[in-house]
Amino acid sequence: MLRLIADALTCQRGGRVVFSDLSFTVTAGEAVQVTGPNGAGKSSLLRLIAGLVRAESGHLALEGGDPEARLSEQCHYCGHQDAFKGSLTVAENLSFWTDFLGGGGIAAPDAMERLGIGHLADLPAGYLSAGQRRRLALARLLTVSRPVWLLDEPTAALDVASQGVLTGIMAEHVAAGGIILAATHGPLGLPVRDLSLARTVATAPVAA
Amino acid sequence: MRSPLAAIFRRDLMLATRIGGGAMVGVVFFLAVVTIVPFGVGPDMNLLARIGPAILWIGALLATLLGLDRIFQADADDGSLDIMMMAETPLPLVIAAKAAAHWLATGLPLVAAAPLLGLFLNVPPEAMGAVALTLAAGTPALSLIGAVGAALAVSLRRGGLLMAILVLPLTIPVLIFGVAATTSVIVGPLPFGQPFAILLALSLMSLVLGPVAAAAALRFGLE
Repeated sequence: MLRLIADALTCQRGGRVVFSDLSFTVTAGEAVQVTGPNGAGKSSLLRLIAGLVRAESGHLALEGGDPEARLSEQCHYCGHQDAFKGSLTVAENLSFWTDFLGGGGIAAPDAMERLGIGHLADLPAGYLSAGQRRRLALARLLTVSRPVWLLDEPTAALDVASQGVLTGIMAEHVAAGGIILAATHGPLGLPVRDLSLARTVATAPVAA
Repeated sequence: MRSPLAAIFRRDLMLATRIGGGAMVGVVFFLAVVTIVPFGVGPDMNLLARIGPAILWIGALLATLLGLDRIFQADADDGSLDIMMMAETPLPLVIAAKAAAHWLATGLPLVAAAPLLGLFLNVPPEAMGAVALTLAAGTPALSLIGAVGAALAVSLRRGGLLMAILVLPLTIPVLIFGVAATTSVIVGPLPFGQPFAILLALSLMSLVLGPVAAAAALRFGLE
């Protein structure tokens, strides 16, 4: 049974405490929506889990995952930046990340088709619109299999139809026993548990 | 399905050779530096022949460093670096693959261009081969040492100038032994082998230390 356990996490950035003493547990098959006002530390929390920000104190562990792998190796991180090169085509960008991250998911053409960017495969990624870039970033979730998904504003710049596709993809991942932590202001469209990061850290409610 | 390192090597090579990539910039800069020297020095053929190898080496050194700060900065800007640091593949190996791609895209063209540009500087024919050989042995060290500076520049969030200041002192041994080996062919009295062996040693040393140091610098940059 996969369980992501955070114990008394404290995060400092630029000398300022973003959140402190944050504890929560996410079990397999659960989607968690991280909410809170701007600056509450939603992105910091996701980056901390991804291993891109050091925790000031506290402990993070993934139980039931691959014991040989670090936590960050078992996570997908979709941040504000899409990690694509404008001079490479859509297909080249996606196949690079698929190869680099070890694949294990569905084939790249199928993933692009699923997200409605199949017809753009040979276009340099620099010509994509913001929503199309986002969809290309989300295609990585499908081609590379990782149990934990960390999504920072996954619906940003997506149109209504694509949001529906994303909801479907997330529902499948959760149904397959995956874990999703998504930081977003809007609704995700699937049953989620709310993890609220209040601006005043002392009263941060902790979902158990 | 390719290995992660092959994938990143291929990607960096593709990026360098596409529009906006830096592969040809180095060679053009090299050409510019080398061609203006005879105009500045004047038509003293003996003097040109004597300083020729040094000019070629200095030109190659500056041309290598020219685009090197982008090796990590571009990936840091678009978020690619985040994902690379999360991946299972050890970061030093990723850096070594990136440095290898950088050398193939910018270092190797310099090696190929050097004998031709030697003509501008009246470098004797027997020394042309030596210039190319020493550059081939020494420029990998420049790419690898430069990677450390580029990684520091990313983590300190300062641009290319800082990198040049950090990296140039470290490249001086490479420059000294590269030029020494080449000059020994023209005027002697040292044998070619001795400085050349030290040059190779410098390259091998930076192959071992460079990626590890650059990875440490990138990890230090996590905040």
